[in-house]
Amino acid sequence: MAASTAALTSTSFLSNKKDSDLAAFSSSLPFSFRRCERTVSKKICSVMAPQQSERKPSATGSVKTAMTMTEKIFAKASQKTQLSPGENVWVNVDVLMTHDVCGPGSIGIFKKEFGEDAKVWDREKVVIIPDHYIFTSDERANRNVDILRDFSKEQNIKYFYDIKDLSDFRVNPDYKGVCHVALAQEGHCRPGEVLLGTDSHTCTAGAFGQFASGIGNTDAGFVLGTGKSLLKVPPTLRFVMDGEMPDYLLAKDLILQIIGEISVSGATYKAMEFLGTTVESLTMEERMTLCNMVVEAGGKNGVIPPDSTTFKYLEGKTSKAYEPVYSDENARFLSEYRFDVSKLEPVVAKPHSPDNRALARECKDVKIDRVYVGSCTGGKTEDFLALAKVFLAAGRKVKVPTFIVPATQKVWMDLYSIPVPGAGGKTCSQIFEEAGCDTPASPGCAACLGGPRDTYARMNEPQVCVSTTNRNFPGRMGHKEGQIYLASPYTAAASALTGYVTDPREFLQ
Amino acid sequence: MTMAASLYLSQSPIATATRRSSPFISLLPPQSIKFPSFHCHTLKDLSITASHASQRAATIIPRAAATPSSAASSTTVFHGSCYVVGDNIDTDQIIPAEYLTLVPSNPSEYEKLGSYALIGLPSSYSTRFVEPNEMKTKYSIIIAGDNFGCGSSREHAPVALGASGAVAVVAESYARIFFRNSVSTGEIYPLESEIRICDECKTGDVLTIELAESRLINHTTGKEYKLKPIGDAGPVIEAGGIFAYARKSGMIPSLTPSS
Repeated sequence: MAASTAALTSTSFLSNKKDSDLAAFSSSLPFSFRRCERTVSKKICSVMAPQQSERKPSATGSVKTAMTMTEKIFAKASQKTQLSPGENVWVNVDVLMTHDVCGPGSIGIFKKEFGEDAKVWDREKVVIIPDHYIFTSDERANRNVDILRDFSKEQNIKYFYDIKDLSDFRVNPDYKGVCHVALAQEGHCRPGEVLLGTDSHTCTAGAFGQFASGIGNTDAGFVLGTGKSLLKVPPTLRFVMDGEMPDYLLAKDLILQIIGEISVSGATYKAMEFLGTTVESLTMEERMTLCNMVVEAGGKNGVIPPDSTTFKYLEGKTSKAYEPVYSDENARFLSEYRFDVSKLEPVVAKPHSPDNRALARECKDVKIDRVYVGSCTGGKTEDFLALAKVFLAAGRKVKVPTFIVPATQKVWMDLYSIPVPGAGGKTCSQIFEEAGCDTPASPGCAACLGGPRDTYARMNEPQVCVSTTNRNFPGRMGHKEGQIYLASPYTAAASALTGYVTDPREFLQ
Repeated sequence: MTMAASLYLSQSPIATATRRSSPFISLLPPQSIKFPSFHCHTLKDLSITASHASQRAATIIPRAAATPSSAASSTTVFHGSCYVVGDNIDTDQIIPAEYLTLVPSNPSEYEKLGSYALIGLPSSYSTRFVEPNEMKTKYSIIIAGDNFGCGSSREHAPVALGASGAVAVVAESYARIFFRNSVSTGEIYPLESEIRICDECKTGDVLTIELAESRLINHTTGKEYKLKPIGDAGPVIEAGGIFAYARKSGMIPSLTPSS
């Protein structure tokens, strides 16, 4: 393990696949690395021809080695020109996100390991978003937000989305809500970058063509101090989705379809790349839904090639230059899955596992007690527009309590301001009220993960719930014997209207 | 690797007090009984880490305290009774979200997290991992199926297991973030079995794990199983996590704790 010095003496610094990991840890970075870092120039990097002594000339057509998107992002972030799955590399982190559940612990580790007076590596690259346990009287939960506030003040953190007055979120203009949706809305997701967050659904940001993954408190404490993380380059599974998306399907159906196909551990340690004409036709929010649940297949990250949809979304949201990367044509993929989306049907994940897939229509006899629409997965503006679309088409009232939890303050405002297409100027909130839903709640993670006892819409009884969230393991929404059917907003709306798990085609055709 | 040796001394009054009921030595096969030899490092470090050691329900016996540092992890033996679970035990079952307000880096809250370990398991698990009103578990080893620790990135999960007094999980496979968090915190050994053993072990069976041989022995059934080698992660866990390991190996400078 004392190999860090070898990087200095080696003839080619790029050859030090193992050594450079350690070199990054110490201050003795090879000189050329630094030069490359300073100039941030592709040209300089290309001069650093990779060592190819281990390879036969016939195996390498050119200096350039075909790589996947994820591999390219790793290469850029670790200042290498090539790398392969399985390699452990030190990457420079572009954004570290943390929230009220894991932030205090990460801060505790940072202070313990780097000292009480230590400063974070870059106050503009740490994004702190309280979102989990906000509207609760739980004292420890309230204290945890205080810890975030004190730390942000002490460190002069540029992006801290604070909430002080819990009685009315609207008087807290800085407060956003669910971190993964807020990250996108506030322009912190950019193609080609590395985003780490202390939340497993950090992978949502892969929708922007970046590497985004969840880490624990200890890793986050390390990143806070150094801006670096030691990561293994994942091999990529490729999911090619072609065909016209039927108007009764949403991205949630696609990802549930995939997880049902490969299981909750089918992508463990792997990257999941989504592409094809269907993916190209998806909006950013729908792409976020797709990437959001890769962790439910065990995936390390999900990624979608950035395109004009991505660039348009980013307009006005970020002033930072970004560099999109794309998988090479002959890049190596561990395996490729192909879907003809036009033939798919609405699906659900039955209790108690996200891979327990069934067609929604196969579950039509399952009586339900409630419907929950919210979270990073299914609480975005378009998720509620989808809900409203079904209510509008049906023109009747819900038969079970239906809980509406906008992910962020922006989403909440959209519910009260954006006219639903074809509704004669009515907004989502009006349609929800007419359908008999509960009034949209304060934005946040709420009951997606149960939380403190007084959490809005927490499942405190062993009920059956259709939910647009992401997990349905025992106890996820509060009660251990509760049964959660994961579904798209369309299916959730249709189920709310009938009181049974219901295929949305009953109302949309 | 003095830290390794420091964690356990079966003769230590503190460590002994943590063993509630297992007459572990008499159960060990005679050939595997090796008492640690005392030396000054061991004694000195014990005083520092006594509180850490007292949290552990298992007895970990370094086979020889004065081994070369690189082989330290291979000298560790765990012994105790096991708690058996099935596939896809997710982080909500290991530590439900309502307890996530507890901050693991705060010592008193760390202890509390331990008392809630695996409290999210459904009622079909009639034996609880930690008895009501207890802070520690009497099971030092968890036997699991596929994809243990899936779900969220909460570090509270391996922390809760470690804080409860468990020392190792032996599963068919792990979810990535749980595995990584286990290693980076050094809270628990995430060991992998070569075959599915959760169907062949019962809660309460008495086990021995020999890291050097990557072997698990079920004394209750008399069966032996091969484990996958823990590899480079072993020394990191033994040191107490990535920071402790990095300091010990000189990767990052030592720091006088300010607290």
